[in-house]
Amino acid sequence: MSEGISQPDRPADETRIDESKAGDLFSKFDPVIAMREGLLAKGVEDPFNLVMEKVLSPTRAVCNGRDTILLGTYNYMGMTFDPDVIAAGEQALRDFGSGTTGSRVLNGTYQGHREVEDALREFYGFDHAMVFSTGYQANLGIISTIAGKGDYIVLDIDSHASIWDGCKLGDAEIVPFRHNDIEAMEKRLKRISEGAGKLVVLEGVYSMLGDIAPLKEMVAVAKKYGAMVLVDEAHSMGFIGANGRGVVEQAGVIDDVDFIIGTFSKSVGTVGGFCVSNHPKFEIMRLVCRPYVFTASLPPSVVATACTSIRKLMDGGEKRAHLWENSKALHKGLKDLGFQLGTEEPESAIIAVIMPDLEQGAAMWEALIKGGLYVNLARPPATPANMTLLRCSLCAEHSEEEVGEILAIFEKAGKAVGII
Amino acid sequence: MDRAETDAKIREIAEPFNKKGVTITEDTSFQNDLEFDSLTVMDFVAEIEDEFDIIISMNQQAEIVTYGQLVDAVHKLRSA
Repeated sequence: MSEGISQPDRPADETRIDESKAGDLFSKFDPVIAMREGLLAKGVEDPFNLVMEKVLSPTRAVCNGRDTILLGTYNYMGMTFDPDVIAAGEQALRDFGSGTTGSRVLNGTYQGHREVEDALREFYGFDHAMVFSTGYQANLGIISTIAGKGDYIVLDIDSHASIWDGCKLGDAEIVPFRHNDIEAMEKRLKRISEGAGKLVVLEGVYSMLGDIAPLKEMVAVAKKYGAMVLVDEAHSMGFIGANGRGVVEQAGVIDDVDFIIGTFSKSVGTVGGFCVSNHPKFEIMRLVCRPYVFTASLPPSVVATACTSIRKLMDGGEKRAHLWENSKALHKGLKDLGFQLGTEEPESAIIAVIMPDLEQGAAMWEALIKGGLYVNLARPPATPANMTLLRCSLCAEHSEEEVGEILAIFEKAGKAVGII
Repeated sequence: MDRAETDAKIREIAEPFNKKGVTITEDTSFQNDLEFDSLTVMDFVAEIEDEFDIIISMNQQAEIVTYGQLVDAVHKLRSA
């Protein structure tokens, strides 16, 4: 799941509107406005209005005037300041200009777009790769296009907003099941009539709690009922699995999934999204997928940085190992300090710290930022079970000493707020 | 199973979800009267689906506002 600050990833329930304000289309936002004002009235530094005045490295920035350790950027592999990546971007900017001003299917496919798709095909060992302008559009486009009227989409209830919006944009019947519940998923698949088209949508890592899906079992069940399987590996690319191909690789099911969706805005360190597939007819997507066709393609410098970064991630074994060490050290350290965490064991590079309530969560976030540490504050209704979370995402470039520093800041803030 | 039997069964399933003990009539609204949030809806729907061995997709759920509409929908799906 996601960056939803004041709204859930799932489509929201209809808000009841105050009759006296009928006519003002903004009346429907009044509850959100009230919630935000209530939070800020307590004098808390606004968690959703942070400005990074200067970015010093993948792990350090000057935020709201303070030197800050970054622990909430999804920059898992720390590629944003890699010298080769930057050089490739600079070269492309000079050679190809600042933007393509066109759709991929018209004037927007440059040499660099081809090259980054080649890099993705090699990275995953798949036949086809299609690059979108964002990861959000990749899910939106593929899901809404392949599942049409009369087809069924069976998906986890904690799916990311881009998956839900893909469902909403398309015409398929939407059937959710309880988070990571294999039996609930199977029951639903079993009841769908045999002739109907079925798409099962899963995520490798769920970003709210940092937990992973039981893909080995789930993919087997989906195949048993003749469903196609799409797995979003946004939060695992680059470091989960022997070659960084994601939870599908770690679970040994990469050859059984039909589509992998990913993003350039996390481990790859720039922006963009993609889908890889072995489906023999996959290339037709380029003509029928509206979020691919009706938007401008990525700038040449972006695809050049992505391409260089992806190729470097293929040989990122040492960085992967260090990131896992960081994840384990932070998880253990926070647990030992007495914080309640989203998972019993570290399952990814996301460690979610569960707060008692929104008020203490906001106070804790503020104590951390003033102590020089940035994490993501996630609050209801964007969170599972309406929890308030401080989500930490580690970077391979965090040093062992920095993880120690992070724990010290957490301890001080936790004691000041009275959570530990 | 006729509509009355379907109604009785759904009423039984709804009981533990009806935390405020609201009297349920045909016109009772799940959102406004029973104040079901989206997670409660998912669990409630899952129990009905298991009991009647049907699927009520989110598209179909969007059309169901009141208790009476739910009983009608389940009854129809069951006899389909």
